[in-house]
Amino acid sequence: MKISSKVAFPYVLWVLFFTVIPFILVIYYAATSKDTGAITLENLANASRYFPVLIRSVYLAIIATAICLVIAYPLAFTMSRCSKRTQRVILLLVMLPMWMNFLLRTYAWIKILDNNGIINSFLADIGLPKLQLINNSGAVVLGMVYNYLPFMIMPLYSIMTKIDKSVIEASQDLGCNSLQVITKTVLPLSFPGILTGITVTFVPAVSTFVISGLLGGSNCFLIGDLIQQQFLGNEYNLHYGAATSLMLMVVVFISMGIFNSFDNDEMEDSMI
Amino acid sequence: MKKTIFTTLSLLFVLSVCVSAKVTVEDEDYYKKFRDKDITLSVFNWGEYISDGSEGSLDVIKEFEEISGIKVVYSNFETNEDLYAKMSASKNNPQYDIIIPSDYMISRMINEGMLEKLNFKNIPNITMIDDKYRYPDFDPKGEYSVPYTWGTVGIIYNTKYVDEEDIGSWDLMWNKKYAGNILMFQNSRDAYGIALKMLGYSLNSTNRDEIEEATDLLKQQRSVNQAYVMDQTFDKMEDESAYIAAYYAGDCLTMMENNENLAFYYPKEGFNVFIDSACIPKGAKNKEAAEAFINFLCETEIAKANCEYISYFTPHTEAAKDIEFDERIYPTDEQLGKAESYIALPDNINSLYDSSWIEVRSSLDISEMVIVGIILGLALSVLIMLTILRRTKKGKINY
Repeated sequence: MKISSKVAFPYVLWVLFFTVIPFILVIYYAATSKDTGAITLENLANASRYFPVLIRSVYLAIIATAICLVIAYPLAFTMSRCSKRTQRVILLLVMLPMWMNFLLRTYAWIKILDNNGIINSFLADIGLPKLQLINNSGAVVLGMVYNYLPFMIMPLYSIMTKIDKSVIEASQDLGCNSLQVITKTVLPLSFPGILTGITVTFVPAVSTFVISGLLGGSNCFLIGDLIQQQFLGNEYNLHYGAATSLMLMVVVFISMGIFNSFDNDEMEDSMI
Repeated sequence: MKKTIFTTLSLLFVLSVCVSAKVTVEDEDYYKKFRDKDITLSVFNWGEYISDGSEGSLDVIKEFEEISGIKVVYSNFETNEDLYAKMSASKNNPQYDIIIPSDYMISRMINEGMLEKLNFKNIPNITMIDDKYRYPDFDPKGEYSVPYTWGTVGIIYNTKYVDEEDIGSWDLMWNKKYAGNILMFQNSRDAYGIALKMLGYSLNSTNRDEIEEATDLLKQQRSVNQAYVMDQTFDKMEDESAYIAAYYAGDCLTMMENNENLAFYYPKEGFNVFIDSACIPKGAKNKEAAEAFINFLCETEIAKANCEYISYFTPHTEAAKDIEFDERIYPTDEQLGKAESYIALPDNINSLYDSSWIEVRSSLDISEMVIVGIILGLALSVLIMLTILRRTKKGKINY
């Protein structure tokens, strides 16, 4: 036990300087006034006016996370049942888009979806009417799913490879049909992976600003855009920005709390 | 084969001779006094905002280094606010010797004591800057800044889709006929500038009622707007994914060169004219050398090269004489009479603009609220179901 805590020392330092201290600074800025430096709740009260923006971000992130889960879960399961060689190939394909810069990938989506982009010019060429594919919340969700799907696949895949073939065979021997194999065996065993996947997908999705800025058009102003505006806007108000960030952090914290409570319960269940 | 190599080599040689030909300056001795003093200047400018030697243009930085022996470290910022954030992070001990912000940011920096007064004895070429731009609203005595470029904002539109009778005014940005094909500025100041001008007010308005009126107008605009953009305007206008956009005249010319269906006009209600000027931050280490650099920017040949490269307008009288500006975008004196430049606003008014702008951008419409309600309701009910399921499961185990 002692050795392990010593080995973790570099990370403890890291967390201290780059997580704990910045977090304290965020709280400090959020709770002090820009003009006088006195402690005030004004920033937080002001930030709460933008609650509708937060709601919009949360619901788009929920949709994106749900779609990611629906796509990733069957893929991860199929992948884990393939031969090692095939697994490597699929893994490579999953990771391939991530070798490119995030911004470039999103810019590429503009070129594909735009009113005169690749899809629409193809449709026009074969005489079909154009579709409104960009500048709506659908495009933002698509951007989120595209960019964060690997984050969902990876934890699911790594937990599914740990499910032994014999466990599945045992459940089949005990009379489970294929649906029951999934619901009674695979699903409970992969539950921690689902929770990790949801966490690492939902958190970046809810705070994104690049995707909504580039694909969302006039009607998809998200909480990330709002925070960016406070720091780089005409007004340059660190205190507002910090308060808005804090509001977002609280929401993320609460949702993580909910997710984790599931995790603990499931762990207990499987122990019994 | 040999012949081709020879021709290429000789061509290269001729080219290199052309490139290394020295620029003519007013007083070469002025720059010589900095030689062998091992001075390094740090210049902070907008991206692609100085002639850099590409495509046969003059490499201004290199020329300056050669003539004065001063080493220049050149870096870019993206927005005035970005520059301001970096400057206020290191007050009185600036990382930069020369910065080139825009009008309203300069007046804000003057108000906050972030700039040095310039010693014009070290900038003899200042006499060649047009008096029209020499004493602007943001620096009325011309003590802190030397104009570098100026430009205007107008409307660029696609003649293939936009009817000739609809143009002439800012109201094109509100025209329902082109709903979904209009692009508005992403930054609050430019967007409010348009709305305020449309209403006939000053674009530096500090009147709360006027700002509120402009906010309502911008909310209406959102229903016909495609997206709030900056640099994306180029792509979207050139490939005709949008038909109408408000943008900077110099950049509009670039777009017009890439798509011949595009045209440009100055709205009759008036528009914004901006000036970007060279300034020295308070506490700069090499003030005299920095002034020499600013003086170099005011050399006729340099000002001309920069103007041609950037394709904004130049405040330099001699350089302006040599350049033929495209009449499609060059404003007439009558049009300029209605133009207005930004000045710094008090903090509380800035906050008002920012919060109103966020209000414009973020308000939900009714149909969206219904969808949000349904989705959040669903998420909540799934959560409750899972909790109940868990409870009953636990109960079973206990038995």
